[in-house]
Amino acid sequence: MTAGLGILALGPGASLQDRGRPGLLAFGLQPGGAADPVALDEGAVLLGQEAGLAALEMPAGGRFRATAGLRVALTGAPAAAAAGGRALAWNAVHRLEPGEVLEIGAPRSGVWSYLHLGGGIDLPPVLGARAFAARAGIGHAPGAGGFLPAGADPAPGRAGLGLPPAERFAGGAVRLVAGAQTALFPEAERRRFEALAFTRDPRSDRMAARLVHEGAPFLAQRHRRLLSDAVVPGDVQVTGEGRVLVLMPDCQTTGGYPRLGTVVPDDLPRVAQAGAGAVLRFRFIGLAEARAARVAPAERRRALAQAAAPVRRDPRDIPDLLAYRLIDGVADARDTTEER
Amino acid sequence: MGLDAWLIRFAEEFDEAANRAALAFRAAVEAARLPGVTETAPTLASVVVRFDPERADPEALAAALAGLAAARDWRTAPLPPGRRLWRVPAAFGGADGPDLEDVARAAGGDPAAVLAARPLRVLTLGFAPGQPYLGCLPPAFDLPRRDRLRPGVPAGAIAVAVRQAVLFSVASPTGWHWVGRTAFRAFRPESREPFPLRPGDEIAFVPVSSAELARIAGRDPEDGGARAAALAE
Repeated sequence: MTAGLGILALGPGASLQDRGRPGLLAFGLQPGGAADPVALDEGAVLLGQEAGLAALEMPAGGRFRATAGLRVALTGAPAAAAAGGRALAWNAVHRLEPGEVLEIGAPRSGVWSYLHLGGGIDLPPVLGARAFAARAGIGHAPGAGGFLPAGADPAPGRAGLGLPPAERFAGGAVRLVAGAQTALFPEAERRRFEALAFTRDPRSDRMAARLVHEGAPFLAQRHRRLLSDAVVPGDVQVTGEGRVLVLMPDCQTTGGYPRLGTVVPDDLPRVAQAGAGAVLRFRFIGLAEARAARVAPAERRRALAQAAAPVRRDPRDIPDLLAYRLIDGVADARDTTEER
Repeated sequence: MGLDAWLIRFAEEFDEAANRAALAFRAAVEAARLPGVTETAPTLASVVVRFDPERADPEALAAALAGLAAARDWRTAPLPPGRRLWRVPAAFGGADGPDLEDVARAAGGDPAAVLAARPLRVLTLGFAPGQPYLGCLPPAFDLPRRDRLRPGVPAGAIAVAVRQAVLFSVASPTGWHWVGRTAFRAFRPESREPFPLRPGDEIAFVPVSSAELARIAGRDPEDGGARAAALAE
């Protein structure tokens, strides 16, 4: 039997994600890919495999059965996880035995959890990638009853590595650079944008993180007749109703709404992973400062590889399991899936 | 735009010459093979140049692009070669275009007649994969977007606003005015040519009845009866 995970239950909004399909912008397709690319890198580092493989991106956990012995890594928004009655540490690699059931709860904080397989999830690529692109309707968004085949695992015997917990799941400071339309917003509006606390609207998705703020809607100098122009993930858009949203990887390639600026790539995972109650505060920085502060993806992967170390069992995971918090979370996910 | 792209804009307000400039300038940037550039894309009146921050010096690239932009009047430049004219059957009004009458009242003219009068240029592909923005329509069709989004139009729908038409490549909500429908698929992910249209191509809508369009859709589900021919340079 092909090694992989059968999907017993999966919360809504899950999809396969990798680094997407760069190079199709002129045809109207953004690269797309994981909402939290750092979590992809973490999985690749933990499993000792290349960074371009596909993982399952999940906003509400799921339950899976291994068809053969295989390795999994859990990264992104931390959640309770268990397999065969043992609690699994987050941000770590684990070995599953044939037939074993893996349960992952809804995130305790953050928005997107990632389940990686040794060898990646090997469903067929579409236009060069496996990532699901909702707007284009391509790639893979499997559901309960589906199967996630594992690719060839480069290091099947290597398990037990972990990474220290990441801190990008609780909101915080977000840097952005000005863009071609920043000047459409009066100085006072830009100041107000920097002063306000923003939280995530639950209607957010992979196209946009919709933000909620207190006080008046934001106003640009003109909006309904604005020329449609190129947009990129990270753009901070103001809708016709004056609400703020930050474009995510599955956003359109052009947009007619005015934009306050563009979030720097290193801070975009923090926006994507700001869960319920997490507060985001924005700050404009200069382009030169942003370029100097930028961490190259290869550099980030090197740093992660250095930080990876063998995991010790964390006793704090045990009470969670005994209190059945994990089981409740998965039951919710399964019910929702069946209603769809 | 962010840390890995420059935007070269030829106009603040849309006009035909600015789009011509964007298409011609984009072809020139591609031909120049500037170091570190990963992709280029024309929008309505601008060009996005994306680069790899690891391989490009952003400021040197900006200077090279500014030099190229100043090298000639791109608004009068010839359009890139290899463009095609597509004749696409389309039905207008009724269930195929519920906003037709509203648009006719607002613009003081029949949108179906205007859309079929002469070929429209693919100004840019965007918003959704392979989806063309077409123009320009006469000044009377400089209509604002709807105040409220229409929750969904089908793939193949034709909608108008701001002197342009869009031929939807996938079903989508829209703030534009839905006036007609084709059976042409502008995005074909399973096909060897997923994106049949190129920026700079032209589309001539050929009016047919709703019943005829349904027959065409059944017979020719991808092209929707469309025929392409090379455009003279």
